[in-house]
Amino acid sequence: MESTENEKKRRKKSSKADVAFTVFNSIFMVLFVIVTLYPVLNTLAISLNDGTDALRGGIHLLPRKFTWKNYTTVLEKNNLITGAVITVARTVIGTLTALVTNAILAFIVSRPRFMFRKQLSLFWVITMYVNGGLIPTFILFKGLGLTNSFWVYIIPGMISAFNMLVIRTYMNGLPDSLVESAQLDGAGYTTIFIKIISPLCKPVYATVALFVAVGQWNSWFDAMLYNRMSNEYTTLQYELMKLLSAVTNIGSTAETMKNTAGAVTPASVRAAATIITMLPIICIYPFLQKYFVTGLTLGGVKE
Amino acid sequence: MSGKRKKTKQVETEMKVKITWKEIKRQKVLLFWSAIIVIYGFIFYYLPLGGWIMAFQDYKPAKGLLHSEFIGFDKFIQLFSDETFIRVIRNTLAMGVINLVITFVMAILFAILLNEIRQRRTKKVIQTISYLPHFLSWIIVTGILHDALSGTGIINEVLRNLHLIDHSIDFFAHPSYFWPIVAFANVWKETGWNAIIYLSAITAIDPSLYEAASIDGAGRMAKIMHVTLPGIKSTIIILLLMNVGNVLNAGFEIQYLLGNGLVKSVSETIDIYVLKWGISQGDYAMGTAAGIFKSVVSIVLIVIANQVAKRSGEERLY
Repeated sequence: MESTENEKKRRKKSSKADVAFTVFNSIFMVLFVIVTLYPVLNTLAISLNDGTDALRGGIHLLPRKFTWKNYTTVLEKNNLITGAVITVARTVIGTLTALVTNAILAFIVSRPRFMFRKQLSLFWVITMYVNGGLIPTFILFKGLGLTNSFWVYIIPGMISAFNMLVIRTYMNGLPDSLVESAQLDGAGYTTIFIKIISPLCKPVYATVALFVAVGQWNSWFDAMLYNRMSNEYTTLQYELMKLLSAVTNIGSTAETMKNTAGAVTPASVRAAATIITMLPIICIYPFLQKYFVTGLTLGGVKE
Repeated sequence: MSGKRKKTKQVETEMKVKITWKEIKRQKVLLFWSAIIVIYGFIFYYLPLGGWIMAFQDYKPAKGLLHSEFIGFDKFIQLFSDETFIRVIRNTLAMGVINLVITFVMAILFAILLNEIRQRRTKKVIQTISYLPHFLSWIIVTGILHDALSGTGIINEVLRNLHLIDHSIDFFAHPSYFWPIVAFANVWKETGWNAIIYLSAITAIDPSLYEAASIDGAGRMAKIMHVTLPGIKSTIIILLLMNVGNVLNAGFEIQYLLGNGLVKSVSETIDIYVLKWGISQGDYAMGTAAGIFKSVVSIVLIVIANQVAKRSGEERLY
């Protein structure tokens, strides 16, 4: 009798604690969502607001003095247009080449009968931990004529040990019987790779393509380091960085802003450029969730 | 079970393929592509290692690697007698450790709390939102931070409205704010992304353990402490160890983009030092020496982490 009484008390206590927990958890999640989304929405509001007016502050989720002027200014900047073209080009070409080369390498090292299977894997795994560093790499690229060139965005990043391992892990998980029966039919390695393995690897290819594409879209350091002198190879992110330093150097003091004719300011133009730059990614990533989740779990399995 | 054993045995025998002409002929396509890939890898990943020689030379670009004079460890001595370099090591380590600890705790906390959300749709929506910052470049993130922390930004506005401050704080002018800002930026950008792996580890926990805990009268907190956390313990340990080797890699982009003259003493990291000496000052040897120091320490950390992983009975990292 007494024990059931105690049991009841405990239940009651624990259910009270559970309610407190739920409340705490809900508050945490609401705060998390606000902190994550607010800065993005705020940038959107600023980008749609009159530049000089925005300097007064107080703009949160909605523009106060609506205008498209910031966007039209951005679209009139030749550097940004070039940057956008180059960024799209490097993302498309870079992703395709990286996908093909990583897939070929992964295919080779996942053939059970391949004679240098272990050595080739090790050769690439080492590169994950040891690298020459910035200066020797810089000198090498200069020597290879990769500076002031578009190809510095494509060639050095064609193979990445991490992406190769992700694909390899996936390929190793495919049933051997498919390959064996194809071999009995006289199929060579090229046919097996193109006709049998690759169609089955679509999900993991999508994962790696996503990783590479996001990296290409977002990188700016290579543009700054290797193509600083060549405006024709500038990228969107690098142009955005220049806009950012323009904003911070000038400072958003009212005085400098008086000199700016019209209704745009460096800050408002940057907000517009930021939105343009992030828009493609924001539109795409929610639909690719399942791919990067599998990619991360596969990447965790290393050898 | 027997099927599995049979398979591994088969794979083992297959691994011992003898190198015969017949095999070489059979595998010629594979060998051809491997050769190209190895040449590529050699040029882009191994050749730069040869550049390490520069650090031991009085390197002159005009003379090149082969004809520059060797000067032994002079550059390293110069490096360690440079006060800036010592400070830069401190900054790199401090920010690396702070970021590692805080992003780790936040990712685990977020994964556990998200897992406790019962409504599937809400959970999905929150998770989708949580990935968003990961896909933004550091350029965008630092731009956003500048806006949020500026005099008219939201942070100052909130603090003023709560009457915690009278005048706006200039966050980027005080060294004491820099490390917390960097830590916060990392948490903001990567919490949702880092939580993915914990969430998948949590889904792998046997549901009967939760049922058993419920029968024992465990509340939600108790279940988290006694079922969820122990269930993802090994994932936590492995990821922690994997990241220890990366501690020195924790700093370049954000520090480079957010740093300014006023906070230079706390913002500069080893990578920025390398960039400054190597590219801006043109002293390749000095930049390379600093880079070598970083690589060697990183490798040592990775080896130690791997040993610890082996001792603790976890899977090896490499």
